[in-house]
Amino acid sequence: MADKRFTRRDFLKIASVATLSGVGLSGISCKKADLEEFLQKHYLEMTDEEKKQTIKRLEEKYLKKYGKKFTISTQGAKPGTLWGYGLDLSRCIGCRRCVYGCVKENNPSRYNPQLHWIRVVRLPEGSLINLEKTEHYYNPPLVPEPGYVYMPVQCQHCENPPCVKVCPVRATWKEPDGLVVVDYNWCIGCRYCIAACPYKGRVFNWAEPNIPPEELNTAVHYLGNRPRYKNVVDKCTFCVQRVRQGRYPACVEACPTGTRKFGNLLDPNSEIRYLIDHKRVFRLKEDLNTEPKFYYFFGL
Amino acid sequence: MRRAALLSFFVILSVFCWSLDGRGKEEDFPVPRPPFSEGIFPCSSCHAGMEVNTKRRELKEEHTNIQLKHGSISRWCLDCHDAANRDMLRLVNGDRIDFSHSYELCGQCHGPTYRDWKVGVHGKRIGYFEGGPRTYFLCVNCHNPHDPKFKPIKPEPPPFKPLYRYNPAAGK
Repeated sequence: MADKRFTRRDFLKIASVATLSGVGLSGISCKKADLEEFLQKHYLEMTDEEKKQTIKRLEEKYLKKYGKKFTISTQGAKPGTLWGYGLDLSRCIGCRRCVYGCVKENNPSRYNPQLHWIRVVRLPEGSLINLEKTEHYYNPPLVPEPGYVYMPVQCQHCENPPCVKVCPVRATWKEPDGLVVVDYNWCIGCRYCIAACPYKGRVFNWAEPNIPPEELNTAVHYLGNRPRYKNVVDKCTFCVQRVRQGRYPACVEACPTGTRKFGNLLDPNSEIRYLIDHKRVFRLKEDLNTEPKFYYFFGL
Repeated sequence: MRRAALLSFFVILSVFCWSLDGRGKEEDFPVPRPPFSEGIFPCSSCHAGMEVNTKRRELKEEHTNIQLKHGSISRWCLDCHDAANRDMLRLVNGDRIDFSHSYELCGQCHGPTYRDWKVGVHGKRIGYFEGGPRTYFLCVNCHNPHDPKFKPIKPEPPPFKPLYRYNPAAGK
C-alpha cells in the first residue's frame, strides 16, 4: 500500500466531474418527450388533463415509430360491470384460432420473442385435474385428436390477484370492472408478477417487440393493446378496448366452435350468469383462493 | 266519459289481438344469411316447373352431393323442405318457415340445445353484446344440416419452444 497513486481526493474529483458532465450531457441530449415520459405519473394518479397529454405524446411516439396513426383510448370502467368469462370444455377442439385472433387484435411481439396471451393445453382424457400431464406444443394434422381434451388458459382476472400483490411499484392493478391491467410505462420489468401467477397468464418482452407494421391494430387502449416496450410485462386484458365498448373479446369472435362466452357477472340476464346458474362450472386452481373470474364449464 | 270508455275498450282489444297474433311465433334473432351453396337459392328457380314427387327415394340425378347423415333412417328431404313452396322449410306441425328461421326447425328435436342457443350458451355470437349490432350464428353456419357432426380441422401452428433461440416460423 506504499504506492498511493490514486488518492481519495483524486477519486472524488474525477467522480464529481464525471457526474456533473453526465447530468449536463443528458440535459442536452434528452428530448422533451423523453423527459416527459420519464417524469410521467402513475396512471391512477393522473388527472384527465395529464392523461390527455400522455395520450398525445404516446400517439406521436407511435406515429414516429410505426408510421401509423394510433387512437389510444382511456375509457374507464362502466359502473355496475364486472366482467366474467366462460369456456366450454366439452366443445373446445384445440384449434388455436383464439390464440391467433388475440395476436391480431392485441399487438403482441410476433417473434423474438413470440408472445401469446392464450396457451391451449392438451390433456389426456381422464386427467383433467392433473396439470402435470399438459402439453401445449402439440401439432397433429387434425384436431380434435381422439383420447385428448383441450383447455385454453389465459389470464383468469382473479378477484384476489396474486400478481397485483407482489408488484413492488404497483404497475399492475385490478380495475373497478374486475380487469387486471398493467401500465406498461410504469412496469420496471422485475417479473415478480410472472412468478406469482399460478396460471402462467403473463408474458415478458425480453426484447423490443417485433410487430410487422401492416399487422398493427391501431385502435388501442392505454391499459390494453397499445404496443409495448422492451422489458415490460403484458397479459390478456379480456380485450379492455373492446369490452368497455360492449363488444365481445377477439378470442370469442375467433372461436369456430362457440366455446368462448363473455358477459357481465352483475347482469342477471347475461350469458355468463346463465351458464354459471345452469351448467357445471369450475375455476382453475380454486384451492389457491385467487377467485378467478374465468369459468370453465361443460355444455354437454 | 262514454267515448273514453269506448276508446279504452278498443285499445285493449287491439292489444289483445296483437298478442294473439304473436302467439306461437318464435322471437326474431339477428342471424346472418344462411350459408347456401353457390347458386342454389332460390330453389324454386329449378323446382318451379317440376312435378312434386312425395315418394321417399334416393335422388340419382340432382343433389347427389348430399349424403344425409342426420337421422337418415327416419328422415328424408321433404320432412324439412316444404314440398309446395321449395323456398321455405317445413315444421312438423305443417307451418312454413323461412330459411333464416331454420333454428325453429332444428329446435323441434334438439330442445335443450335450442334453449341454450337462445340464451347464448350454445353457438357463437359476434359483434356487440350491448350498445351495438350483433350477429347470432345460425345452427347451419357451423353444422351442415345434412351432416351435422363437427369435422376435425387443421390447428394453427404451436408456439415455438424457448429451446430454439429464433422462431422458425418467422424465418429468422
